[in-house]
Amino acid sequence: MTLSEEELAEELSDGVMPKAPSRARVVAGRFFRSRQGQVGFAVLALMFLLAFVGPLFNRWTYTDKDFTAFLQPPSSSHWFGTLQTGADVYALTLRGMQKSLVVGLLAALVSTALAAVVGAFAGYFRGWTDRVLSWVTNLLLVLPAFLILAIMSPLFGGAGRWPLFVIMLALFLWMVTSKIVRGMAISLREREFIQAARYMGVPPARIVFRHVIPNLSSLLIVDATLNVSAAILTETSLSYFGFGIQPPDVSFGTLIADGSKTATYAPWTFWFVAGLLVVTVLAVNLVGDALRDAFDPAARR
Amino acid sequence: MAGFLVRRLLDYAVLVAVAASLAYLLAATALDPRSNYAGRTPKPPPAVVDAQLTALNLNDNTPLLQRYATWAAGVLRGDFGKSVTGAPVNEDLKRRMGVTFRLVVLGAVCGSLLGVLAGALAAVRQYGWFDRLSTGLSFAALAVPVVVLANILILLAVWANEHVFGRQVLLVSGEYSDGLDAGFWGQVVDRLQHLILPTISLSIGLIAVFSRYQRNMMLDVLGADFLRTALAKGLSRRKALLKHALRTALIPVVTYFAFMFGALLMGATFTEKIFGWHGLGEQLINSIFTNDVNTVAAISFLAAVAVLCASLAADLLHAALDPRVRA
Repeated sequence: MTLSEEELAEELSDGVMPKAPSRARVVAGRFFRSRQGQVGFAVLALMFLLAFVGPLFNRWTYTDKDFTAFLQPPSSSHWFGTLQTGADVYALTLRGMQKSLVVGLLAALVSTALAAVVGAFAGYFRGWTDRVLSWVTNLLLVLPAFLILAIMSPLFGGAGRWPLFVIMLALFLWMVTSKIVRGMAISLREREFIQAARYMGVPPARIVFRHVIPNLSSLLIVDATLNVSAAILTETSLSYFGFGIQPPDVSFGTLIADGSKTATYAPWTFWFVAGLLVVTVLAVNLVGDALRDAFDPAARR
Repeated sequence: MAGFLVRRLLDYAVLVAVAASLAYLLAATALDPRSNYAGRTPKPPPAVVDAQLTALNLNDNTPLLQRYATWAAGVLRGDFGKSVTGAPVNEDLKRRMGVTFRLVVLGAVCGSLLGVLAGALAAVRQYGWFDRLSTGLSFAALAVPVVVLANILILLAVWANEHVFGRQVLLVSGEYSDGLDAGFWGQVVDRLQHLILPTISLSIGLIAVFSRYQRNMMLDVLGADFLRTALAKGLSRRKALLKHALRTALIPVVTYFAFMFGALLMGATFTEKIFGWHGLGEQLINSIFTNDVNTVAAISFLAAVAVLCASLAADLLHAALDPRVRA
């Protein structure tokens, strides 16, 4: 029996092949080695902890009113002070933060998914599909998102209808990403592995979902992260003017709107929530940037 | 080039028509002008309300498509209908357009020029102190939404007026002081005092975005062969950087400007509302609260036109900068 060279080599090395390191691990390693990634991830984790565990250590809930303390500065019983109504700013802020984080994350996920599907279909199928989808993308780019969301705000005005708000928010965040995805899908469809799949008779929709979109995953992950901050900022602006999250629910936007009215003589009503918003968005942006570098094999170490 | 322009213009006209129609249909479905009359005391009889709404083309008992047809016919004649109070929308918006135009143009010019300059400077001295500083600042600026930034500016201005200047130097409300009698130069100074803060609030975000983008583009160009050639044939460093590097790196940034314009309009809306400028953005927010369908639709139309004008301007600038496009 004759052995080919490779088999011989395999035999000599006791059958143990050197394993290629998994891509996820390489990327995670690079991400956590960068200063930006470390800081961003730590701060973001802290913010989540604060938003979801922080309320447990407070004796006030966000609906409580302390009628012995109106517009009081921070003290040991009210850590961030109180509002004119006697509501505890700490409890309100954390509640608003929960809502903003959840809305931001969900909207980013939905919008990135939408961008991936629309962009990949337009780029892979070309022709009429491409023309129609690109036209819709351009149309939504022409209409300022804030305007449409504000017009539609009476429709998702009721309490407990914020999921609808999330979907509407997502509908206006996906366009630019989808243009990038389309461009990349156009070049991907000429690659050998896609052609092979096509000639083997894999249905086109399956090719898009199994081969095209997974190959754009690094772009999509980075983009989803950056969309989180975009979604949080848009949500804040809309809620600020009363077009987003409606009372009695609170979010960063509604709190900042209320706080800005009393900020000159009661700074604690404005600066805590504004500061937390800025720190959260900053952390998300840092994570996004570090992820982009981690995914990019050409990036400078 | 001419054919290209005509095709673009046709494309844009269709997009504007569809966008405005969509905005009208959405506004007519989502907003409810009838509820404006519900809170009045004494309650007006339903027949009167109906007649009033029909006169304004806002009656929700009329089929949506019929209302749309009436509105569209009016728009084609250049008439955007009447607001909920019965005043013609055209007059109101004509007055407000100038206010918004001043703010947006100043913000866009300040933002893009300073941003491009900062980005180019940062790239030329990569990892120098200016590069680090501008990177840090732009990261921070991108995390502050306009609504927060405007409020922080107001708080800072109030504090500075009190503790630094000792008098009202930075004015935070309105476009000019009412009934000010200070001669021509007094008026100019007064307007400038009102203008400073809104312009800062509008342009900081743009500066941050443009400086990041310009820096990355510039870095790509600085490593390119044609720049080395330009230097090797004896061009001075300044000339090579200005004529070859900056110009080439500007091309993608100009295209990016069209994308940014929608965000700029949004920022102008918030800035106007918070600083109390009586422009289109402020009116948009007010008219949604007063269920003013016709005004909302008219402002949407103007916004779509503005976005497309910006994108057309970007195309033209692109052609001016890049000879390959002109060919």
